[in-house]
Amino acid sequence: MPIEDNRPVKVEVKNLTKRFGDLLVLDNMSFNIRKGEFVCVVGPTGCGKSTFLNCLTRIHMPSEGDLYIDGVPADPKKHNISFVFQEPSALPWQTVAENIAYGLKIKRLPKEEIDQRVNQILDLMGLQEFRNSYPGELSVSAEQRIIIGRSFAMKPDLLLMDEPYGQMDVKMRFYLEDEVIRLWKELGSTVIFITHNIEEAVYLAEKVLILTNKPAKIKEEIVIDLPRPRDITDPRFIEYRNDITDKIKWW
Amino acid sequence: MNENQNLEAKLQSWRQNQKKENRKYILLSAAGIFTVLFIWQAAVMTGMVNERVLPAPTSILETLIFKLGNKAPDGNVLSVNILASLQVALSGFLSAIIIGVPLGLVMGWWTYADRFIRPIFELVRPVPPIAWIPLVVVWMGVGLKAKALIIFFTAFVPCVINSYTGIKLTSKTLIDVSRTFGAPNYEIFWKVGIPSSLPMVFAGIRVALGNSWSTLVAAEMLAASAGLGYMIQIGRTVARPDIVIVGMVVIGAIGAVLSLILSRAEKYFLRWKVNR
Repeated sequence: MPIEDNRPVKVEVKNLTKRFGDLLVLDNMSFNIRKGEFVCVVGPTGCGKSTFLNCLTRIHMPSEGDLYIDGVPADPKKHNISFVFQEPSALPWQTVAENIAYGLKIKRLPKEEIDQRVNQILDLMGLQEFRNSYPGELSVSAEQRIIIGRSFAMKPDLLLMDEPYGQMDVKMRFYLEDEVIRLWKELGSTVIFITHNIEEAVYLAEKVLILTNKPAKIKEEIVIDLPRPRDITDPRFIEYRNDITDKIKWW
Repeated sequence: MNENQNLEAKLQSWRQNQKKENRKYILLSAAGIFTVLFIWQAAVMTGMVNERVLPAPTSILETLIFKLGNKAPDGNVLSVNILASLQVALSGFLSAIIIGVPLGLVMGWWTYADRFIRPIFELVRPVPPIAWIPLVVVWMGVGLKAKALIIFFTAFVPCVINSYTGIKLTSKTLIDVSRTFGAPNYEIFWKVGIPSSLPMVFAGIRVALGNSWSTLVAAEMLAASAGLGYMIQIGRTVARPDIVIVGMVVIGAIGAVLSLILSRAEKYFLRWKVNR
């Protein structure tokens, strides 16, 4: 039986609607995310996932409704929002350590604080020996780790991840999924993770939000109540996976 | 441990092979130059070409050495000519970079600046730099400033265009990353726009350098009293093709050295650029 979750609500999405002209992309979405929760969003390709994320980060402004963090409308200048994009987004002209410090410098944190957090992340990600390398000198998967590290270093109010492992092979994905879980547990960040891989969603999430086809609505919220580390061959795991698959059926 | 030593040894031998390979290519390049010189020398010595029209490489070398310490026929030793030319070319070239690159970057980033400046720029751009000469002479006579201004016009355009294009190509994702961290636009310009435009900016500077050095002779047609272009002019007037060719060779050689210096700078500033 799922235990009562009494963590405070961190992120509140109320009646989020987005239109581009006549095209309705997001239709009246509402949900809450608790502090330190790990939420996966699954949905058909082209259902408006990117628009959804871009509204959350204020790259687009929603047409109606809004997103609140700790009760106030989200604002990248005030809040700490981190975004891990699908495509590699490390700054190629900065070293690994500089990349991890990038967001912290924008937030004008004191230097000692930046150094301390950068070192913590470098240790956690096992990137200490590459701290002075440039991203181009490392592999693509290492670059993705830099980006994930950069996002976690912000100790974000909200961490958004848009299919960060879409391009990777299975082995690398498993490895990085565990890495994200480890960082999330260590730092207690609130995470929204977008994916179209249902197995990945069940493996990572405390709660899965299933989106419908365009215009996107929330079809269902499913709490994944499995102990960690999770075993993808566990019958209950498979049950969750099949259940979600049935509910999506976008093919 | 043993394995590490093994790898180390392999790396060493690979490096040595690489060096050997390099040496081979340098020899090949040198052989190319010598072949051309040899054919040229042979053509003159066998009388196929009149020495009055095209002196042999050996006599050009003699003239070059002679010019190091003698003022005849143009009134300056070679080093004075070189310094005069460098002064003209570099002051035009550097002011083109200092003005052109920031202008292009600002135009590429802020639409207001783009809309305001672009029409003027597009009107001025197609005018060949040489066409400015009469106007420049009226404005500022024939001194260093006038010559530097002509060079400036040839170097300015590639600086602006490349910086403009370079910063326009900045990855949208990198801009979004900074924006979600809450960075204001000017900070994104500084931290993302400028570094990401650098490869294009350097390509522009390279074109600008080539333009300024090759416009030198034209600029020095404005009454000069020293300079490599001036020396070439005098060489023509007194019918001394060897002087003309010495001038050309020196211009070529210094151009190559400047370009080498630029390559070094580029390599340093773009050290993060790795082809994966």
